[in-house]
Amino acid sequence: MEALIHWLADLLAKWSWWPFAPAPSATVVVWLVYAAITAFVIAPLAMIVLTWLERKILARIQDRIGPNRAGPFGVFQALADAIKMLTKEDITPSGVDRIAYNIAPAMAAVAAIAVFAVLPVAPGIIGTDLNIGVFYIVAIGAYGILAVLMAGWSSNNKYALLGAFRAVAQLVSYEVPMVLALITVTLVAGSMSTADIVAGQGSGWYFIAIPLTFFIFFVSNMAEVNRSPFDLLEAESELVAGFHVEYSAFKYALIMIGEYVHMLAAASFSAVFFLGGWRGPFIDWAVQTSPLLAVVMGHVYFLIKVGFMIFVLIWIRGTLPRFRIDHLLDFSWKFLTPLALLNLLVVAFVLKLFQPGTSAGIDIPAGPLSGLYLGGWGQTLGLLLGSILVVLVASAVVKAFAHRSKDAGLRAIAAAE
Amino acid sequence: MEPFVFFIFSILTLGGALGVVTTKNLYYAALFLIMSFSGMAGYFVLLDAGFLAAVQIVVYVGAIAVLILFAIMLSRKVMTRNEPLLNRQWGLGLATAAIFFFVMLAVPLNVKWPLSNEVSSGNELVQLGLAFLGSYVIPFEVVSILLLVALIGAIILARDTSDVEVE
Amino acid sequence: MTIPLSWWLISATALFSIGLYGVLSNKNAIAILMGLELMLNAVNINLVAFGRHITPLEVTGQIFAIFVIAIAAAEAAVALAIIIAVYRQRTSINVEQLDSMRF
Repeated sequence: MEALIHWLADLLAKWSWWPFAPAPSATVVVWLVYAAITAFVIAPLAMIVLTWLERKILARIQDRIGPNRAGPFGVFQALADAIKMLTKEDITPSGVDRIAYNIAPAMAAVAAIAVFAVLPVAPGIIGTDLNIGVFYIVAIGAYGILAVLMAGWSSNNKYALLGAFRAVAQLVSYEVPMVLALITVTLVAGSMSTADIVAGQGSGWYFIAIPLTFFIFFVSNMAEVNRSPFDLLEAESELVAGFHVEYSAFKYALIMIGEYVHMLAAASFSAVFFLGGWRGPFIDWAVQTSPLLAVVMGHVYFLIKVGFMIFVLIWIRGTLPRFRIDHLLDFSWKFLTPLALLNLLVVAFVLKLFQPGTSAGIDIPAGPLSGLYLGGWGQTLGLLLGSILVVLVASAVVKAFAHRSKDAGLRAIAAAE
Repeated sequence: MEPFVFFIFSILTLGGALGVVTTKNLYYAALFLIMSFSGMAGYFVLLDAGFLAAVQIVVYVGAIAVLILFAIMLSRKVMTRNEPLLNRQWGLGLATAAIFFFVMLAVPLNVKWPLSNEVSSGNELVQLGLAFLGSYVIPFEVVSILLLVALIGAIILARDTSDVEVE
Repeated sequence: MTIPLSWWLISATALFSIGLYGVLSNKNAIAILMGLELMLNAVNINLVAFGRHITPLEVTGQIFAIFVIAIAAAEAAVALAIIIAVYRQRTSINVEQLDSMRF
């Protein structure tokens, strides 16, 4: 990215007719092009590829063939669907609140796309390396919630409003465990910058060190992107389609782009935070010898990981039935949130044990086990043991409570009879 | 470049704020409020306070604005009743606000502040972290207790007690 | 070019005045709350702008702004809970009608 900016700045300096200062304008141009590629190429492409993949994989899971008419393996089916969607009549129902109704889909798409600004795709390829990258992702998520609320309210439809209320309850509830999981990652990496988090996984991916955090993050992310089994806000059988019943044609396409890009973002950030992002065999060697090779390898490794995460998301959708709304909220508040808090405490404690003396250039007392840090491997092992401990405690607690509630339920039935 | 960006954020912030107090529709007022908050997050970015900008969006847009929208939707009979939002003394209120604005305007225009030309070191995140757990640790803990109290208090206040089963 | 301090102060003053007008001249409780939030935010802009221009090496301004935001969040949550409770009791959030305590 920086190399590209330098190259363009040199080029602009040679062009006598270029009216602006070369360095800042080169930065602006590179950023604009990056943003435009993300928004106008990656986002629609993601939607088209993901819908096709989803239909194909779901069909296989359900022992069907899936789309197979348009093109080899039906690859053009999604493209045809997209064209159909764009050429349909754009209906604005008469009872809607025009301004909010028209802004909401754009906001949903923008909120989903904006998080890609801090996604490290390959060594050096990142929109902007914010020092609060993780926090930025959480902040942008707020606009996604807002878009859902605006769409639901302005549609002037009871299904849409119910869907929006459910959606916001769900999104706000699952934001808590997600943020707690992200704080855990931040603690382990010692930085909120996404590039630093990938760089920090040189000695072991965080998936190995803190698998429980990965589980919490992944489950709450599934709820955040409204994937089955958490797709309650569009629960077709109960709510028609949730907050976007009234939308058609291009606005519907925008909402769908928002949804699929959000799913892509969830998969990408799972890969960045826990699966080492662009890390893979020989990448460190490639970074030192040839930056271009490293960029290509980084893209390949990253796409493999993202593809795997998306496959898991679709797989889960094809396998698990939908939650009930009260179970869904209970699951977040009574299970995931306490678990995430306990996990955060244990991780902080283990990190303190292995504290190696200095952090961010500031001297702090070294932990009692800092001799066992072993270039990160000792700490990884310690974190893994901590995770296992938390899982054991949590399963013991859940077991005890499950027995009790089961007993209570049986007693209630017996009393009724 | 920066004055231009400042101008855009000012339109967002002040225009949104004007929208909040002038619109007749409460729902629009809340949306204008969100626009204003987003502009202020931009202000904080211009002031080299990126962390604060993210806090602004998470807390104000993500929490407070959504709460306000929920409150508006839950009390929506008020919205459809179509009575004027302003009270009888709105003229007096406008005069007070205008006088306040022009009197306070004298301060930034006349006072010479002891300005500093130093540029911040850029590691304000580290500084913030150290300050919160160093010299400001007691206010920090007190605020966390305040938030907990507010959380519990809000739940108790807003709870519908009419149909709660007594166990 | 950086923005001079006085621009921030004028902008914050305008914001505070708009919020003040909203608080003084609305009779809907939620609208009053929104005016209050605007006023709190105007104060935040001032705190951060002063911190940036007078003591740029310290983050005291930002710290106070974060405390203000935290307290504003607590205040908004409690205020909206009160508003909902009042609405449930009287199906109105018009502050002029909430006068049962008046002697």
